[in-house]
Amino acid sequence: MVKDLSVNLCGVRFANPVVPASGTFGFGVELADTFDLNLLGGISLKGTTAEARFGNPTPRIAECPGGMINSVGLQNPGIDVLVGEKVPALRKVYGGVVIANISGFSLDEYVKCCAAADACEGVDIVEVNVSCPNVHNGGMAFGTCAASAAEVTAAVKSVCRKPVFVKLSPNVTDIVEIARACEDAGADGLTLVNTFLGMRIDIKKRQPVIANKMGGFSGRAVFPIALRMVYQVAHACRIPVMGCGGVASARDVIEMMMAGAAAVQVGAENLRNPMACPEIVAELPAVMEELGIEKITDIVGIV
Amino acid sequence: MEKRLFTVTANTLAARDTYRMRLEAVEPGFVFSGEFVDIAIDGFYLRRPISVCDCGPGWIELYYKVVGEGTKVLSVAKPGSTLELLTGLGHGFDPSATGRAALLAAGGLGAAPLYLLARELKAQGKKVSVVLGFNKADEIVLLDEFRALCDEVEVATMDGSVGVKGFVTDAIAKMDPEYDYFYTCGPMVMMKAVCGVLKGGGEASLEERMGCGAGFCYGCSCKTLVGTRRICKDGPVFKKEDIIW
Ligand SMILES: Cc1cc2nc3c(=O)[nH]c(=O)nc-3n(C[C@H](O)[C@H](O)[C@H](O)COP(=O)(O)OP(=O)(O)OC[C@H]3O[C@@H](n4cnc5c(N)ncnc54)[C@H](O)[C@@H]3O)c2cc1C
Ligand SMILES: Cc1cc2nc3c(=O)[nH]c(=O)nc-3n(C[C@H](O)[C@H](O)[C@H](O)COP(=O)(O)O)c2cc1C
Ligand code: FES
Repeated sequence: MVKDLSVNLCGVRFANPVVPASGTFGFGVELADTFDLNLLGGISLKGTTAEARFGNPTPRIAECPGGMINSVGLQNPGIDVLVGEKVPALRKVYGGVVIANISGFSLDEYVKCCAAADACEGVDIVEVNVSCPNVHNGGMAFGTCAASAAEVTAAVKSVCRKPVFVKLSPNVTDIVEIARACEDAGADGLTLVNTFLGMRIDIKKRQPVIANKMGGFSGRAVFPIALRMVYQVAHACRIPVMGCGGVASARDVIEMMMAGAAAVQVGAENLRNPMACPEIVAELPAVMEELGIEKITDIVGIV
Repeated sequence: MEKRLFTVTANTLAARDTYRMRLEAVEPGFVFSGEFVDIAIDGFYLRRPISVCDCGPGWIELYYKVVGEGTKVLSVAKPGSTLELLTGLGHGFDPSATGRAALLAAGGLGAAPLYLLARELKAQGKKVSVVLGFNKADEIVLLDEFRALCDEVEVATMDGSVGVKGFVTDAIAKMDPEYDYFYTCGPMVMMKAVCGVLKGGGEASLEERMGCGAGFCYGCSCKTLVGTRRICKDGPVFKKEDIIW
């Protein structure tokens, strides 16, 4: 039972459509001793900013029904360490697609970091996380308004030759409007979705579980919402979409692809099962066989 | 790190709200003191980290306290049932840091990982003094086991029902042990007090809410004097002088 699992997004070939999502797989090397990373289609690296950041105070993690809240807050060593140390270290053990995930608190920061990621030999795709607050605009996230999402996209595109995927926030009224604005501004692809703003309270202590009060909710429970957004965006835009949110099995991957995803990212599931991605990849051929699918690309957007 | 299925072979009440669980697996595996396992519990999204108290070829023993929903479900796991664990997690204690004599200071279930450490230290022929602190007599665990293994054992209870009345530090003062290196595990306030009064080098095992438990989500980071560290991977055991209290 040999199945064709390969996908091609903007000229970048992935051996299979399964990609650990940014922030849920470190810089890849952390898991190099756990399984052969080359089983993965791609890896989206931990979100990186211009300067090193500690991130938010702890506790940063909260258990939820069907998912979890994180408020890691973009802990990272800074873009110079990413391109100078992390990517080269990963490249020693891994030949698949590398996606650099970039965050910024200003337009300048996005531009600087994306240019550095673009210039880094080991990076194939630049993924721009627009869910960050804009410090020059009262802290409103870039990705919550079509105009500022488009502004970031255009600015980043002007310094990148590699494909740029804009990663959208689901915490918006109309994700299609924002997706279209990014496409019009020159995005080569879109990743969706990021986490949903959430909160838990420790009712014994009468205080929020997360030190920062709120955080990003994700995991299995968000799958139907993420799927709906992927479906809407993939049908409204021409550029490829990487579907993300609540994916936990090979069946979920197929469902996301039927909704229109050209590749699929797996996030919080990695935290509960570090073997989630290789297990999904291994499971895919049998599920395809059962469903009568020969080439995985045959099902993209068929619904 | 490895993901493996274990069979529960014992899960019994050892003290108030405290259970001793024995788990067996086919392959032997090897655990060092201070390492922990991350247990998948049906109906919960994230795993629950629990320190290894004792181990041998093909088995491990844990002590856990029922403090919430997850540990409550764990407490009704029947012998014969299976649990999926991540094993080999964490950077544990360093028994070789002790020259001749070690002091172990535990608060509550902090006694669990220190028991495996005591075994390692005794196997290296070192003198081991132990101070165990509990709130009340009905919470005491592992006392007989430590007594059978170690050179001196003192207990402190907050209500004075057993041993010295007061804190672990009070019992240490009474015992006045001879040691050249110490190890502590328990609530943060207790470890801070212990590291504050004890002279010389030592190590403490820290705790934080965990996501992956294996070093790649950066959910458990803490600031130390030697930089940012992940409690689950670079720790949970840290050198006393590196910890920011
Ligand atoms: C390295 C390490 C070793 C540990 N060893 C032991 C041990 O040997 N025996 C033992 O009884 N307990 C131990 N704990 C604490 C134990 O993990 C928690 O008590 C347990 O996860 C609580 O789960 P719950 O569902 O019952 O509680 P809930 O409060 O319902 O849990 C909700 C969430 O909070 C997390 N959480 C709650 N309390 C803690 C805590 N104190 N530390 C970390 N996460 C917490 C849970 O993992 C879960 O994600 C250890 C923790 C760590 C980090
Ligand atoms: C611990 C954690 C850290 C994350 N960090 C980032 C990040 O740095 N950049 C980013 O774009 N998304 C980040 N995300 C969002 C995920 O990449 C993903 O979009 C989201 O979690 C939804 O997928 P899931 O339901 O499979 O988790 C993070 C998610 C988690 C759980
Ligand atoms: S819990 Fe994920 S890095 Fe420590």
